[in-house]
Amino acid sequence: MSHQGNEPEHLSGKDPLCLEIFARLSEYLDGELAAEDCAGIEAHIADCAPCVEFVKQLRASIEASHRFKVPAEPAPVDAALRGKLSQAWSEALARKKAAGQG
Amino acid sequence: MAGDASAFEPFVESFQAKIFQYTWLTCGQREDAEEVAQETLLKVFESFDQLREPEHVRAWVFRIAKNYCLMKRRRSVYAPEREYSLDELLPSFDGERSLQVPDGSEVPEDALLRGELNARIEAAIRELPEIYRSAVLLRDVEELSTLETAGILNVSEDVVKQRLHRGRLALRKALAAYVEAA
Repeated sequence: MSHQGNEPEHLSGKDPLCLEIFARLSEYLDGELAAEDCAGIEAHIADCAPCVEFVKQLRASIEASHRFKVPAEPAPVDAALRGKLSQAWSEALARKKAAGQG
Repeated sequence: MAGDASAFEPFVESFQAKIFQYTWLTCGQREDAEEVAQETLLKVFESFDQLREPEHVRAWVFRIAKNYCLMKRRRSVYAPEREYSLDELLPSFDGERSLQVPDGSEVPEDALLRGELNARIEAAIRELPEIYRSAVLLRDVEELSTLETAGILNVSEDVVKQRLHRGRLALRKALAAYVEAA
C-alpha cells in the first residue's frame, strides 16, 4: 500500500483490504473489535496523515452526537394528560400486584 | 422503580424529556413530536406492568416511541427510503475542508458556539434516511447498546452496526459540507 500525494489508496476504494478497514472504523472506535484487529487498523493508517485526520473527524462527529441536546422543551404535561397518566399508572400497579399474588 | 407509586413524578419528568428528544429528531414537526411523545408516554404508563426487564427500561420506552413514530410517518407524507453505499461515503481529500467539530477536550464554553454546533448536528441528523437516523439516534444520541438498539429496531446487531457506521459517515460528510459552504 502506498500513500502518494494527498489521496491515500485505502480510502480511494482501490485497495480491498483498505476498503474493508474503512467499513469497520465505527466498530474500531466503539471498541468492538478484537485487539489484533485494532492493531491491524492502527498499523494500516499510522503513516497516513489524511487517514488519521479522517478518523479524528469521525470520532469528533460521534462525540458531537453524544452531546446533542434538543433545543426546545416539551410542552408541560397538562392536567388532563397527567390525570390519564396517573390513572394508567395506578391500574398498572394494581395489575402487577395482582399478578404477583396469583 | 416500576412498582413504586412514589416513582410516578420522576418517571414522568425523566421520560417525557427523553421521549421528546427522540420524537423531535424523528418526526420533523414540533406538533407531531409533541403528539407522538404524549401518545408514547401514555402507552408507557398503560403498559409498564408488562415491562419484563426493568434494567432495560430505556430500551423498552424507545421501542414504544419508535413504533408511534412509524405510525405517525405512515399517516403523514410518504417518504421513500434510500440506502447509502459505502462508496458514496468514501472521503475525498482533494478539496474537502477539515471538519470543524471540536473533540471532547475542546467543547466550546461559549453558549452561542455550543448552540451552533447543536443546530448543525440536528440538521444533519434530520437529513439522514430513517434507517440510519434511528441507528444514530439510539446508539449515539441516547447511547443505548448495540444489542438494545437491535431489539428496538427488530434487526440483527450486524445490521445495527452497518447502519450506524453509514449514518456516522454521512453525518461527518454533511458536517464537512456545511463548514465548506459557510
